[in-house]
Amino acid sequence: MPLAVLFGIFFYPLFFIAKQSLTGDAGPATLAHYTALLSSSFFHAALLRTIQIAVLSTIGCLVLGFVLALIVSFVPFPGARLVSGFIDTILAFPSFLIALSFTFLYGSAGAFNFILMDLLHTREPPIDFVYTKWGVILAEITFYTPFVMRPLLAAFSHLDTALIEVASSLGARPLRIIREIIFPEAVPALLAGGSLCLLLTLNEFGIVLFIGAKGVITLPMVIYGKAIQEFDYTAGCVAAVVNIVLSVGLYSLYRYLLSRTGGGRASVL
Amino acid sequence: MLGAEPGRSAVANDAPRAASARRQPGIRFEGVTVAYGHTVALEDLSLDIEPGEVMALLGPSGSGKTTALRAVAGFVTPVRGRIFLGDTDVTEMPPHRRGIGMVVQQYALFPHMRVEQNVAFGLRAGGAPRGEIATRVRECLQLVGMAAYASRYPQELSGGQQQRVAIARALAIRPKVLLLDEPLSALDAQLRSGMLNEIARLHRELPDVTILYVTHDQIEALTLADRIAVMNESRLVDVGSAQTLYLQPPSRFTATFVGNANLLAVTVEQFDDTRQQARVRLGSRTLQVAAHTTAHPGETRMLCIRPHALSLEPHAAGGNTIEGTLTEVQWRGSAHRLYLEVEGVEMCVDSKPLRAPPPRGQRVSVHFAPHDATLLAAANGASAAGEHAEPLADKL
Repeated sequence: MPLAVLFGIFFYPLFFIAKQSLTGDAGPATLAHYTALLSSSFFHAALLRTIQIAVLSTIGCLVLGFVLALIVSFVPFPGARLVSGFIDTILAFPSFLIALSFTFLYGSAGAFNFILMDLLHTREPPIDFVYTKWGVILAEITFYTPFVMRPLLAAFSHLDTALIEVASSLGARPLRIIREIIFPEAVPALLAGGSLCLLLTLNEFGIVLFIGAKGVITLPMVIYGKAIQEFDYTAGCVAAVVNIVLSVGLYSLYRYLLSRTGGGRASVL
Repeated sequence: MLGAEPGRSAVANDAPRAASARRQPGIRFEGVTVAYGHTVALEDLSLDIEPGEVMALLGPSGSGKTTALRAVAGFVTPVRGRIFLGDTDVTEMPPHRRGIGMVVQQYALFPHMRVEQNVAFGLRAGGAPRGEIATRVRECLQLVGMAAYASRYPQELSGGQQQRVAIARALAIRPKVLLLDEPLSALDAQLRSGMLNEIARLHRELPDVTILYVTHDQIEALTLADRIAVMNESRLVDVGSAQTLYLQPPSRFTATFVGNANLLAVTVEQFDDTRQQARVRLGSRTLQVAAHTTAHPGETRMLCIRPHALSLEPHAAGGNTIEGTLTEVQWRGSAHRLYLEVEGVEMCVDSKPLRAPPPRGQRVSVHFAPHDATLLAAANGASAAGEHAEPLADKL
């Protein structure tokens, strides 16, 4: 019974998408729809842009997440626990809220531009990156960094502080301790958080849509555009299948890396 | 236990050369106070540790001994006072510049590094040449009998082996000072005894290294330490050689914490300053005991007698005798432990094995020599005046 329910609400729609991508609205199964979309330069650009944004966002999340988790875990400051709790809150937000806040903060009529225009006595907004791929990447880094921080904080909470103290007594400076003691312990958590980030940024739709960056077309945007705006449901299904294959491939890699690195303790999400 | 390995003597022979090249400093605490927020963890500690000396900080949990060690390592900064390594004031110096070797309770071996990488860590951090690192790692692993395990990971080693690697890692940087924070407490009793001998042997081979050894185990302290600093409630209570603290405990706390002790309230009748002896009264009996501080007739003092100093057999002329009621007899393999009630106080006697122990409830006489019973100093005796010595904790 549970299997039937799962099949009905989850696998059947997926099966239907795959079938539609092969048969179109009517007709025998063919790869012609795939050939048509996959050979278009528009699709290539979208695929490349999707991967580019996802990879850069993930790298940004890993770097920022690692630094912030280090500070929260090892640099005592008042409110560290509050920050840790706030991270959990961000995980509960919908992603488009970040995009919305970006337009309020960095948009041409946003708070920062308003202040800078006043300070610099200019009529042109000095900050003009929000509606580009960099705006999307920055928004995704902002939203997805907690997804890296959470497993890192869990890993750091299990790190024996005696390791750091002994390393320090042996003459290691802070950077060496981070590089040789803390980082190796954080690798499983980084892999877990990073893989999850890559997976989620690859499929991110809300941020890209809300920012409305000119020329920033990603795979989810292609699916939306084809299926909803152009009523080309078959092309939308082809793009969706490609997206699913990419996601499942990445998810398999994520599970594989996790099992290889013993990152089970880091997979707290 | 693993013994010395071929080549180990090379390190031992290096030690005097190293010592002649640079004199190893001792440690000096000058009125050191450490607080965590409003909680004082260590109060006004002043203590000199000589170069090459093994000093044990002995005390119960929360006595401040680990805090003192962490202050030397640089992991906590005193709110008052100064800490010196030799003539160098290190109070504000970051830990990585102090040149201190440290071994902690849970070993803290770097789990992702092999044994040889663990031992090499401090040398690499100090920028030692690659060739020297390899030589030194080999020497140190031989010193602790772990050369055959160089390519293992820590999780592939037993607790005792991990502790040896931790010691080798600490010694690899040729530390001026070695800090040992309860290094044996995670080991089982048999391993602990073996490691205790190993640490004693290491110190004989590296006599120029000053060792600060934190423990709550009196046996470890008595076995290893040249001197013992007894701590309680964040303060230094007494400091002295192991023998002095054991045989002539300056305070009631030290008497009961360093070894097992019977404490009896007695009244001073006469004090002989020349012979450092006193005649005291316990109930209806008169006893001749050692008194290393001035005692005044009429004073009530605490008398300390170690359980093994009491005998069921009469001493030669001049011995003392106490009579009590036997309340408990315990066979401990190599000895019998007897509990007696004397003047309302429970006393403990460690006797050689008895063929036919007396039955409980029987009146028993125990004997001791005058020099085996010590009158505690006045401050402690005065505070205990009129009270009965409490039943003894079975520590040994």
